[in-house]
Amino acid sequence: MSTRLASRFASLKREGRAGLVAYVMASDPDHEACFEILRGLPKAGADVIELGVPFTDPMADGPSIQKAALRALKAGGSLKQTLALAKRFRETNSDTPLILMGYANPIEQMGYEAFASAMRDAGADGAIIVDLPPEEDGPLRAAFAANGLSTIRLATPTTDANRLTKVLEGASGFLYYVSVAGVTGANAATSSAVRAAVERLRSATDLPIAVGFGVREPEAARAIALTADAVVVGSAFVDEIAAGPPGQAADRVLRKVAQLSEAVRSARELEGTPA
Amino acid sequence: MDVRRNWQDLPDAEGRFGAYGGRFVAETLMPLVLDLEREYRAAQADPEFAATMADFWTHYVGRPSPLYFAERLTAHHGGAKIYFKRDELNHTGAHKINNCLGQVLLAMRMGKTRIIAETGAGQHGVATATVCARFGLPCVVFMGATDIERQKPNVFRMKLLGAEVRPVTSGAATLKDAMNEALRDWVTNVADTFYCIGTAAGPHPYPEMVREFQSVIGREARAQILEREGRLPDAVMACIGGGSNAIGLFHPFIADEGVRLIGVEAAGHGIDDRFEHSAAINGGKPGVLHGNRTYLLQNDDGQILEGHSISAGLDYPGVGPEHSYLADIGRAQYLSATDAEALEAFTLCAKLEGILPALEPSHALARVGDVAREIGKDGLLIMNLCGRGDKDVFTVADALGVKL
Repeated sequence: MSTRLASRFASLKREGRAGLVAYVMASDPDHEACFEILRGLPKAGADVIELGVPFTDPMADGPSIQKAALRALKAGGSLKQTLALAKRFRETNSDTPLILMGYANPIEQMGYEAFASAMRDAGADGAIIVDLPPEEDGPLRAAFAANGLSTIRLATPTTDANRLTKVLEGASGFLYYVSVAGVTGANAATSSAVRAAVERLRSATDLPIAVGFGVREPEAARAIALTADAVVVGSAFVDEIAAGPPGQAADRVLRKVAQLSEAVRSARELEGTPA
Repeated sequence: MDVRRNWQDLPDAEGRFGAYGGRFVAETLMPLVLDLEREYRAAQADPEFAATMADFWTHYVGRPSPLYFAERLTAHHGGAKIYFKRDELNHTGAHKINNCLGQVLLAMRMGKTRIIAETGAGQHGVATATVCARFGLPCVVFMGATDIERQKPNVFRMKLLGAEVRPVTSGAATLKDAMNEALRDWVTNVADTFYCIGTAAGPHPYPEMVREFQSVIGREARAQILEREGRLPDAVMACIGGGSNAIGLFHPFIADEGVRLIGVEAAGHGIDDRFEHSAAINGGKPGVLHGNRTYLLQNDDGQILEGHSISAGLDYPGVGPEHSYLADIGRAQYLSATDAEALEAFTLCAKLEGILPALEPSHALARVGDVAREIGKDGLLIMNLCGRGDKDVFTVADALGVKL
């Protein structure tokens, strides 16, 4: 398991606050602008960076991230470019964990061993591969374990107790709770549903729990930050890229990150105070 | 080849055919595909399920479909006797309904109240809409916006049958994107929705389940040829898109080592690095898409390529995982035919046999002569005429430069 992820979650715990996991798509809108965003993310308040690997057929993603993948591919994005961006980021920052999120096929083509060693060389910390459920992620898990990388697993509203046991076997880094049955960027879950789910997960694992899918606004992020160890936001940042001139994409994204980070950071301080 | 292989053991418990198949889906869908497998096993063990299916096959679909001796085509090619398995005579005009009937009956058994499907040419969409209309179930068909434009008559048919046709504009707006969108719908509507996949691909148990529902083709053909000729054929042939009609024909012959299994892929404008074809086995390499590992059209980075075929039903960048396996172990052989060769076979079959074949089986027809001559005059060959060509007359007219 990645030591960077472990120490980041340990320090969040010490600070008594939830963290922000900020998702952006590699090479969106192009390599350089994406690098500008990555470099600025820690200062804007991202506690963990989740870097999307562009793929032609993102079957678990909603329209925002689908479009981001197409923009990235058009700009020459690929798994190799994603790893190159991760490496450049790591040269500018040594303590913010960076994980990849993507689909199996680009990794199948590179090979699981080669992927894991390229990840380690790039200073990346782990990955979430959407279409590699526990039944299929054996080769990835073995290669990751050999390279000190975390295999991050997903739990969802359809994960019952039996299934959760299966999901937790071999999971590392943190547990990513997909708060709604649906695609990324869809409607948010209610805060009571999230609270109940997080409590259920906590009784089954000591791994930190990050909650995502459908978190776009500060209020929603704040509500989740009361119970979860981290809040994952993606589509809201990715939408900022398309929202204006590409030259200012980094500014827009980082502004949005700062806004969401502020909400996540202050959530527990505000708890109990009158609204 | 290992002749002691127990073919009925495939796929294994993890849904694998050798290295292929599997369950490469998002975690949200895992409990659903596991549940589907349990329910499918229960249905398999229930004689009443089989009896209901058989009854609908006989009285609604019109099975068994005839095994027809194509006498003039045989004389034309001067080789083995060519038989057509006439699945184009089924209700809705193709083999697709064999599978839709099975899946929708299973959905009802599971208490699902909403059916979704993807379609490329519209044949699977029409078959699904038909069966849903018959049982009064709401049906949503995902179809690429590009395909909707190319296949207007089938879009209208689906609407007449009460289905909602939802245009897909993501990606390249064709069949693979329709399948992505159907998976996105399923992951969102996990409680009430059944995803009726149109070919022998997708996460386990779909490849096996679709194979079993389509195997009625091969079981009938095997009994029919034994009755007509008193022996098994030398070869059975079918076109390959996802490969459901082919696996349905092949499977009941798979343990008969003397019967050659021959699939014909769509070579489009030719199999080369322009990727203007849909020949996943002949021109692609293994990878993971839509829930299974199989041969795919893709670039070095693992990005999926669109491919091309004159036949919309073969225009898919992947192939069912069992075909990938049969190709690797050499039990089946995979040939290909170009757009031009398929067109030529289409017109030849119309003139010699009085049958307008769909453009999909026209690809198999294009290789029938070669195989018949290779087998020789005393041989027997069965080709699955899996769809009728009425839907293709506009495409064919266009390709022949005829203005209607």
